[in-house]
Amino acid sequence: MSLDPAMVRRIAKLARIRLADDEVPRLQGELNAILGYVEQLAAVDVDGVAPLTGGAQMTMRMREDRVTDGGIPDHVLANAPDRIGDFFAVPKVVE
Amino acid sequence: MTMLDLTIAEALDALAAKRISAVELTEAHIGAVEALNPRLNAFITTTPDIARDRAKAADAARAAGNAPALAGIPLAIKDLFCTEGVRTTAASKILAPFIPPYESTVTARLKAAGSVMLGKANLDEFAMGSSNITSGFGPVENPWQRADGAKLVPGGSSGGSASAVAARIALGATGTDTGGSIRQPASFCGIAGIKPTYGRCSRFGIVAFASSLDQAGSMARTVEDCAILLGAMSGFDEKDSTSADRPVPDFRAACARGVKGLRIGIPAEYRVDGMAPEIEKLWQSGIDWLKRAGADIIDVSLPHTQYGLPVYYIVAPAEASSNLARYDGVRFGARVDGEDLIDLYERTRAAGFGAEVKRRVMIGTYVLSAGYYDAYYLRAQKVRALILRDFTEAFAKIDALLTPTAPSAAFAIGEKMDDPVTMYLNDVFTVPASLAGVPAMSIPAGQDARGLPLGLQVIGRHFDEETVFAVSSAIERAAGFTALPGLRAGATP
Amino acid sequence: MSYTIGGETGPWELVIGLEVHAQIISKSKLFSGAATEFGAEPNSQVSFIDAGFPGMLPVINRECVAQAVRTGLGLDARINLISRFDRKNYFYADLPQGYQISQYDQPIVGAGTVEIELESGETRSIGITRLHLEQDAGKSMHDQHASKSFVDLNRSGVALMEIVSEPDMRNPEEAGAYLRKLRTILRYLGTCDGNMDEGSMRADVNVSVRKPGEAFRTRCEVKNVNSIRFVMQAVETEARRQIEVWESGGVVEQETRLFDPARGVTRSMRSKEDAHDYRYFPEPDLLPLVLDETWVAALKNDLPELPDAKRARLVRDFGISAYESAIFVMERATADFFETVAKGRDAKLVANWMLGDFFAALNRTGRNIEDSPVSAKNLGALLDLISDATINGKIAKEVFEIMVETGDTPGAIIEARGLRQVTDTGAIDTAIDRVLAANADKVAEYKSGKEKLFGFFVGQVMKAMAGKGNPALVNEALKTKLG
Ligand SMILES: [Mg+2]
Ligand SMILES: [Zn+2]
Repeated sequence: MSLDPAMVRRIAKLARIRLADDEVPRLQGELNAILGYVEQLAAVDVDGVAPLTGGAQMTMRMREDRVTDGGIPDHVLANAPDRIGDFFAVPKVVE
Repeated sequence: MTMLDLTIAEALDALAAKRISAVELTEAHIGAVEALNPRLNAFITTTPDIARDRAKAADAARAAGNAPALAGIPLAIKDLFCTEGVRTTAASKILAPFIPPYESTVTARLKAAGSVMLGKANLDEFAMGSSNITSGFGPVENPWQRADGAKLVPGGSSGGSASAVAARIALGATGTDTGGSIRQPASFCGIAGIKPTYGRCSRFGIVAFASSLDQAGSMARTVEDCAILLGAMSGFDEKDSTSADRPVPDFRAACARGVKGLRIGIPAEYRVDGMAPEIEKLWQSGIDWLKRAGADIIDVSLPHTQYGLPVYYIVAPAEASSNLARYDGVRFGARVDGEDLIDLYERTRAAGFGAEVKRRVMIGTYVLSAGYYDAYYLRAQKVRALILRDFTEAFAKIDALLTPTAPSAAFAIGEKMDDPVTMYLNDVFTVPASLAGVPAMSIPAGQDARGLPLGLQVIGRHFDEETVFAVSSAIERAAGFTALPGLRAGATP
Repeated sequence: MSYTIGGETGPWELVIGLEVHAQIISKSKLFSGAATEFGAEPNSQVSFIDAGFPGMLPVINRECVAQAVRTGLGLDARINLISRFDRKNYFYADLPQGYQISQYDQPIVGAGTVEIELESGETRSIGITRLHLEQDAGKSMHDQHASKSFVDLNRSGVALMEIVSEPDMRNPEEAGAYLRKLRTILRYLGTCDGNMDEGSMRADVNVSVRKPGEAFRTRCEVKNVNSIRFVMQAVETEARRQIEVWESGGVVEQETRLFDPARGVTRSMRSKEDAHDYRYFPEPDLLPLVLDETWVAALKNDLPELPDAKRARLVRDFGISAYESAIFVMERATADFFETVAKGRDAKLVANWMLGDFFAALNRTGRNIEDSPVSAKNLGALLDLISDATINGKIAKEVFEIMVETGDTPGAIIEARGLRQVTDTGAIDTAIDRVLAANADKVAEYKSGKEKLFGFFVGQVMKAMAGKGNPALVNEALKTKLG
């Protein structure tokens, strides 16, 4: 599978990264080199193998239902690039 | 020999015996950082005021007779660990203005243990890289020098940590390792570094790269120092669902165990084509040393080794593409305004992320997208299961594995940069242990023909860091690695 | 006769499936310790986890898992002892992590059913495909500022159950009945308050149309409809739109739409269509969710009686009609109220009172059963006073109205106002004599055969006794006196 320029743009769009036109050919080459490299996995026989999804070989612990957090709007908002009152502000979204 | 040349173990003795004070030790390091950091660029942010405060507190605690385990030990903290009130960048421009209102569990433990934070160490951007050249805050220089005078990379991604420890401007450092990011820079800089079992150190408060692989660990100039630091960093944390609820053994004590009767596996598949003869020779030396120390050497097979890297370069970018979605210019970090929200996202992320991060986010986005998931991501997870099975089967017959850490010594900035895949090959020996989640350590064991350090890697069973420390210490004792980098505190003109 | 909408080319059938997002009742969020209460100050119930800060990790809330299991059991569904969480990736201002933690191919609850009853009295069984746990997003406000949207993350991370039905509904009435029934079950279980005004229950409505006998055609999803009435309207509106598209030679595109109740139309949600690829993958910050069988069994044991079972039991134990029972079990509190009052009393009388004066009073005062001015105990006491002939039915209604106003006990009201029924036959005879004397002409008419005047005499006597006469005694005495 090899990426064409349209696919490179589509991925960048999905990833929300603006690409300048002249970046597309370079990225296309680099991404295809990586994909070409990982292509060798197609040779591995994985029939009947369950995927390994995580690094930890345990089952999940559960937390008790208690309020232990929150109540810190100033901390939550302290790093906001645009804050109006106690809200994060972004350019108006039209749904 | 100055205070800067002490190991952590020696420094703790000297502090306990009141031969030195934490303030003296810290001032010496602050001075060394000021002298060398402009050249090495090992720290993105230095925190001398915090260091002084903590040193004073350490001396006070010691005077009061209740000094905690690491009281007064100056450390470099990889700038991937969030530190309350201290800028944390992950070496990305997108986090350049970010000041976390919280502390990572690992650094909170180190703080509680009385250690002294000298600053936030440089790294590859979001820990993505093996050379530290992807940092948004400039590359780090390896304190080791080559005769041709070329500036060498310290390895990555924990390159700032490795460089600082090797150059003796910090006694030890925290690192994180996703595919080799502690072990490979340790090898490049002639120091020791351990990636413990996945789940041993809490990931809470560590900026995530690839969640199923990321693991914090320690870097220092000796195996014992790594054990001392790791002991303070480890332990169950209810804030991390993948943290293991099991006791932390006495890692330091394990260093003295010896290897008599241990079965050490030598995996055939790590003998890759075109391996440098000096690496091969070093590996053989390691085998001989362990044999002489009483270990049994057993040839083993890890048949899926060659697939480690391709699996890693699917799994890690996939998780990263999702983990890095939060850097969108809305709640924290840098923002580039746009005419609408999507425009703002795209501009912010285009300006905030460097080339390597963009590449990996895009690869990760692609391998997860509709129509490609099964062929790439799902298949990679299945091969990952086979890699784990290789280790499990091998560990039925052996107690630890011995391999080289990296396929080469440190290279110069600009070398190996023709295409991303060449750079990725740096991690060929370190990635499988990351995929399997088992502990692995790099120990400085020799030098190449140009005098650059080379490391050997010891890999152990899940949660058996003790055996890793025992074997690594035996190698360390036998190797007698005493060479020093050219750039180091007190040695520079 | 099945429901169809007539088009130019003949009748069209509707195919409807619902995805209901139900907010779980819990003190803290699904993956963080921040509070979940509705209506708090902006960003005051937000942890760094909920705001997607670097290095923050999710830790699951046991109670939220228990609530999902209870709900699954209440829907007669399979509980999956092993389930997993996945990330659903998309960018939006109120989605701080850039992904929603949800369950994709291994949900906590599998197939189940909900029985619905239609106005015709017919019942139908609607299949449940699955129920999965997921986190809610924050809230964007678009009308606070000329050029900006505001983001409040209080809701970010609140636990939701997404309950997905099979495409088993065929008309708006069934969709409404399904939602009402689901809401009732959730409220019985105490797993969701079902409050659609506050957004604790929202429905995504999947609608397609087809010619009778055809296979399914393309469906559209109408997102986030927030009342049962609107769901029913959205179904009809969207079905009519699709019929028009098909009949004008067009093709219905699978898409996400929004229902605009003010204008009575659905419209395409372009923002959602753009880059529509969620890139689901297993959430690496969480481990598989493995449930202990004995824990699930214990939750099952502790399950309350559910509406269908309760309805049958009330009919069986109290002898009320299926219709009356169905009304009482719509809300658990109502059924509890009925049972409390009816225990040891004439259940038929209790049912009549509740369906009559009592519900009317609640309606009139805008109260609900939980804060009813007349408690179950006081209503019971009132009915006891009727049974033991302390007051008659007419006075009881007066007393009841005073109870609604004052909240006092009926006994106190009767004593204070002297409303006790008169059973003294002497007093009754005196009153009758006076009435008969004053109405000699009517007595004559009665005696000449106009027997329906009897009621008139009863009324007059009661009036003379200020309503307090015992009706049975008054009747008896009158009959005797009139011969
Ligand atoms: Mg939906
Ligand atoms: Zn949902």
